[in-house]
Amino acid sequence: MKKILFSLAVLASFSGFAQDNVYPAPAAKGVVLLKGGTVHVGNGQVIENATVKINNGKIEQVGQNINATGDAKVIDVTGKHIYPGLILPATQLGLQEIGSGVRGSNDFFEIGDNNASVRAIAAYNADSKVTNTLRSNGILLANVVPQGQVVGGISSVVQLDAWNYEDAAYAIDNGMQFYMPSLLARPGGGRFAAFFAQMGGAPTDPVKQALETIEKVKQFFRDAKAWNAEPVHAEKNLKYEAVKPLFEKKQKLYVHASQVNQMLVAIDFVKEFGFDVVLVGASEAYRIADLLKQNNISVILSQMHNLPTSDDDAVDQPYAAPAVLQKAGVLFCINDDDPQNRGRNLPFNAGTAAAYGMSKEEALTAITLNAAKVLGIENRTGSIEAGKDANIVVSDGDILDMRSSKISLAFIQGRQLLLDDKHKQLFERYKYKYGIK
Amino acid sequence: MRKMKLWLAGLVLLMAQAKAQPTFPVNGVSTPGSGAYAFTNATIVKDAKTTIPNASMVIRDGKIVAIGAGISIPKDAVVIDCKDKFIYPSFIDLQSDYGMPARPQGRGGFDFRAPAQLETNVKGAFGWNQALKADVDAASLFVPDDAKAKSLRDAGFGTVLTHQPDGIARGTGAVVTLASVRANQVLVKEKAAALYSFSKGSSTQSYPGSLMGTISLLRQTYLDAQWYKSNPKAEGVNLTLKAWNDQQNLPQVFDPSQGGDLWNVMRADRIGDEFGVQYIIKASGKEYQRISDVAATKAPLIVSLNYPAAQDVEDPNAARYVSLADMKHWELAPTNPAAIEKAGIPFVLTMSDVRDGRTFMSNLRKAMEYGLSETAAMEALTKTPASLLGIYDKVGSLDAGKLANFVITNGPIFSEKTTIHHNWVQGNAYVVKDDNWHNTNGSYALTVNGPSGAQQFTLDVKSSSSAEVSAKDTLTTQFSFDGKMVKIGFAPRTRRAGMGGGRPGMMMGGGAAAALPASAIRLSGVSNGDVWQGTGLDSNGNALTWTAVRTKTTEVKADSVARKAAPQVGSLMYPFVGFGATEMPKQETILIKNATVWTSEKEGVLTATDVLVKNGKIAAVGKNLSDASARIIDGTGKHLSAGMIDEHSHIAVSSINEGGQSVTSEVRIKDNLDPDDINIYRQLSGGVTTSHLLHGSANTIGGQTQLIKLRWGTNDQGLMFQNWDPFIKFALGENVKRTTATNGNTRFPDTRMGVEQVLIDAFTRAKDYEAQLKAAEENNKKKGATPMVVRRDLELDALVEIMNQKRFITCHSYVASEIVSTMRVAEQFGFKINTFTHILEGYKVADKMKAHGANASTFSDWWAYKLEVQDAIPYNAYIMNKVGVNVAINSDDAEMARRLNQEAAKAVKYGGMSEEEALRMVTINPAKMLHVDDRVGSIKVGKDADLVLWSDNPLSIYAKSLYTIVDGTVFFDRAKDLQVQQQVKEERTRLIKKMMGEKGAGRPVVPAQPSYKFVHTCGDHSHKMGLLEFDEHELEEIK
Repeated sequence: MKKILFSLAVLASFSGFAQDNVYPAPAAKGVVLLKGGTVHVGNGQVIENATVKINNGKIEQVGQNINATGDAKVIDVTGKHIYPGLILPATQLGLQEIGSGVRGSNDFFEIGDNNASVRAIAAYNADSKVTNTLRSNGILLANVVPQGQVVGGISSVVQLDAWNYEDAAYAIDNGMQFYMPSLLARPGGGRFAAFFAQMGGAPTDPVKQALETIEKVKQFFRDAKAWNAEPVHAEKNLKYEAVKPLFEKKQKLYVHASQVNQMLVAIDFVKEFGFDVVLVGASEAYRIADLLKQNNISVILSQMHNLPTSDDDAVDQPYAAPAVLQKAGVLFCINDDDPQNRGRNLPFNAGTAAAYGMSKEEALTAITLNAAKVLGIENRTGSIEAGKDANIVVSDGDILDMRSSKISLAFIQGRQLLLDDKHKQLFERYKYKYGIK
Repeated sequence: MRKMKLWLAGLVLLMAQAKAQPTFPVNGVSTPGSGAYAFTNATIVKDAKTTIPNASMVIRDGKIVAIGAGISIPKDAVVIDCKDKFIYPSFIDLQSDYGMPARPQGRGGFDFRAPAQLETNVKGAFGWNQALKADVDAASLFVPDDAKAKSLRDAGFGTVLTHQPDGIARGTGAVVTLASVRANQVLVKEKAAALYSFSKGSSTQSYPGSLMGTISLLRQTYLDAQWYKSNPKAEGVNLTLKAWNDQQNLPQVFDPSQGGDLWNVMRADRIGDEFGVQYIIKASGKEYQRISDVAATKAPLIVSLNYPAAQDVEDPNAARYVSLADMKHWELAPTNPAAIEKAGIPFVLTMSDVRDGRTFMSNLRKAMEYGLSETAAMEALTKTPASLLGIYDKVGSLDAGKLANFVITNGPIFSEKTTIHHNWVQGNAYVVKDDNWHNTNGSYALTVNGPSGAQQFTLDVKSSSSAEVSAKDTLTTQFSFDGKMVKIGFAPRTRRAGMGGGRPGMMMGGGAAAALPASAIRLSGVSNGDVWQGTGLDSNGNALTWTAVRTKTTEVKADSVARKAAPQVGSLMYPFVGFGATEMPKQETILIKNATVWTSEKEGVLTATDVLVKNGKIAAVGKNLSDASARIIDGTGKHLSAGMIDEHSHIAVSSINEGGQSVTSEVRIKDNLDPDDINIYRQLSGGVTTSHLLHGSANTIGGQTQLIKLRWGTNDQGLMFQNWDPFIKFALGENVKRTTATNGNTRFPDTRMGVEQVLIDAFTRAKDYEAQLKAAEENNKKKGATPMVVRRDLELDALVEIMNQKRFITCHSYVASEIVSTMRVAEQFGFKINTFTHILEGYKVADKMKAHGANASTFSDWWAYKLEVQDAIPYNAYIMNKVGVNVAINSDDAEMARRLNQEAAKAVKYGGMSEEEALRMVTINPAKMLHVDDRVGSIKVGKDADLVLWSDNPLSIYAKSLYTIVDGTVFFDRAKDLQVQQQVKEERTRLIKKMMGEKGAGRPVVPAQPSYKFVHTCGDHSHKMGLLEFDEHELEEIK
């Protein structure tokens, strides 16, 4: 084990300011102890002065009186904070390298209204330069989501230390993405008539049109259900087959919606088809928290750092929304879909929720264990509990606060990551130029 | 005197033109006449202040020749008995496109993605900008249009100022009457006014693509027109400028009302002020919200009576999206005319924005209900518009010598039940509604002659559609009378159901309500005054004749303007949005006790320290301070910092990007400040007190910026930071080379090579211009020298200021090459780039920036949102700071500005900057780069009391602003904010109930309209906004 760590260090020193040299670590073997830190389990529990024992990539034991045996590698993390690896629950990571103006970098939005069989994982670039910047902030897993006009296609959960997409796949093809059309009235007149006219002329009744589109999606699922009930067909229907796991509960339906009416319509997909429904975006979910709870719908809050919906809303309304969901007992997680920081402010999105009504541990749960639950991977990750994958980060201080959130160590499936990235390398390069120590 | 009972039913154009046109041949036998009419026994309202009872008026050849009580009636006049009638001068509308040709619609604002049209596509000897249509002459375009004239006449109008409402300069308007006769006859004044607007209309030219560009274009055109008077050889003939100059002595009418933006009234007026013009300005309908600002313009207003409709807010989900501001405006819009009257602002009323005359009148009555006086309304429709156009000698009152433009009514004109019978225009009578000219109500002896002899009935007429016929019993009756033709049907009442539909015991009031039984007698005939006669059929098919002779008249009383009690309305808010204050907060003496004070000065962080605020300044910093008059705020356990300064913001403006050209240094953010932006309050809640409002990044040399203090509730001028060094925005790279133009870029530059050339070219031109100005000045001092006239160029003026260190640059920039080349261009022309903003590759050339003397204002951790930020790193601020560059962290985003302290804190995470140093990046450092560090940016005695009291360490994500203070005034108070939230909720609830009441009372409502908000952004990257907010990017995405 010592040898491995040493060789990684050597690699780092020769990396030559190009992150192409940030190598994925080989499979974890043997015992590693993280000793003396404050363990934030991810389920709300905090264990002071504790040790996490990792064996062959799995968490074997967590507690206060765990001692090293045999050739266990012991890493002293006294005074530091140990967290489950953070999970980015909806992202175009690996599908889009450059945000705008470069069409060639876009592999996240396919043509057509119904792309049920389109798979994000097929385009996932494990070598994206964004990936390592996320790891440096403690994000170790991500749900890679295709966008789309209506039915966007299939998402997969990846771990962020891989040579290629097959290595990266953590839970493959386990989400179907549905972008619900807007049910917000768009007036033909009024102050913004000119702007709406620019949209190519708003349809006479966009709400009606949207409801028709939604009905078409339902009809698609009805057709698929019937088709899949009969195993023998003369031809293959790729789209119907693609949604079979939804009916078998091997896949969840991610409904991208923020308006109350949209979210209420989403309940239909639970009631009629029995799907596991996850709302994504969901900025207004706090208004119907009890209904979501009643209908067993979980939520990915896409962005804490948003302006309020209305001029009349409290200035901090989006910041305070998670606390409402928490109180109502809705299963939800927090995302960071900001296209400018590319998701790396996930811990601070949670920190904002903690500043506005959630406890810090609850906010942490919203980017770890609850994210795992929403994505259906809670048996393997999301918390620092025995039996789970050793997906762990160590921060110098409170990971949710930029004052103290400094990641010094990270492990995916027990493999210690080389926490280098393009930004750190350019930092080193220019420190060198200016002689900054 | 030929006495004649004139029945005007169906009379349209009974009278031929009195005198044949000399140049127009007559096809047929010419019919000259005197064109003289006498209107007798009327109540004549000569003008708003003069009413003559029982008076007469004589008109001849389309003009009034005599008016008054006891005047003599000429023998050749046709006499019209106006007993019980009222005569008023007809109304005048200054806002009309009556008789103008239809026009194509234009494209609107700047589109980052569309190809540019840089030159006008109008051929001919006109000016450079397609939106300047000063050469348009409404008189020569005018064609009478009877259908449109009728709708105006029906509302009581007789004269309008018509113009072609297209373009920013719209040319001249003509005064025409609404007579439907040959155009030659109705033109009262060919060039009566020059008209302007903020809308470029059908122009497809890219410039101007923004409100501030539009304002700049107007300002430059005033200068160009002045210069054109010197007959500059280089210009040749410019018909646009020639026309512009020719029409400067006319009344100047400005319609800035696009989008209903109240501040446009003030914006338009300021242009006028600069060039010595007092515009007559079309009001926005929201003047009541800022009436003193509006009054201060001294502009006469053209006020429309177009109130927003009540919305259907029964569905709480729909109601949620309707803003308090929109609901309150619905409630208060009818108070606007009264507010304008009360403020002593001269005003006229226009029908241009309402659907029809009926709506106009009922909305006018509503305005009166809310306090508008009858006299003011009458003046606003007659004398004031006539006086403003200098045509009061022709129209606007009933006086001898004026045009015979008047209306005849059966009561006071503004009363609900009053009917306008006729609208006479230039002596031509137009019937509006005169079936009730004569009071036909009363009892008639009805004799029906049939085969069985004469039968007697009594006919009781109640109105033109309701009467009863009775013999011994009252009969089932149908009745209609249109002023001339009368129809009567009656039958014995039947008690058998199903036989023809006459229902037992039901009085038949005519109309289509029920059919008469087959046994009815049906009569029709003609009214010859008090005697009606005609023919009929009985149920057996026998022919009848009949006669009805009036035996008794039921008097009809003229309606009067009933003064209802003014309805209860909610109070105003400053600004007029949710979270606006009903009363402006006041400057206070404040003593903050025992706080941890982050001075951003060399004193560093002081624990357990007091800060005293007096007269808007920091009066003392120390231990155990006291002041008997001070409001004490306990700072124990809390942190006090200077108010944060956001070096890069786009809040509180009505337009951001003038991308119509690559160089637009003439445009100014200050021309379109929007003090009603809720984001001002939102930034305050995050501890920001000063924001630098930048032009966007659509072009290389953008517009002049404006520094503001977040004085929530003040007017646009009140926001401005006083006495600061002016700045201007430059931009480089992808945005200015229009990388995202999907249909290809047609505007130079298309590369960074070209960007450098744009800069060099601009400053070269500016240098030459400066030399010319100097040469002209020298030359013009000399005696006897031919004066040299140099065209004042607002664009180059700003560049000359830059070269003379009187204006400073903040330059949008990303990559190393463009940063360096821009510094070199600046050095070549002897100035510095004051600030590079964004500057995400600044770390690569920090040493060069330091040597040049540039400041850096950057994002903490953005990257990879486009190609030019691929090498952006979150260590950028740290490195630049270490190298010795003065570094600030900015937001460029209304959301992120609420967390500017946290953005600064990221330098602690990325690189390990000290917390004190990090906070300086959002306090004193931006103050320095904006040259205002002598007044703001740190806690120091004598500086402005711009302070934030934090709940926690200000670098922590858990820190919230408890108080945000600007100039010693608490503009955000977190505890009070909770109360305001409650007030917003209560006021919303009240208004939702009130709107539902409208629906419940059966009054019309429109579907709930979400209060969408267009957010102005730089166009550089996407922004995080609420559901109802959208920007150019989202617009594109939704498309």
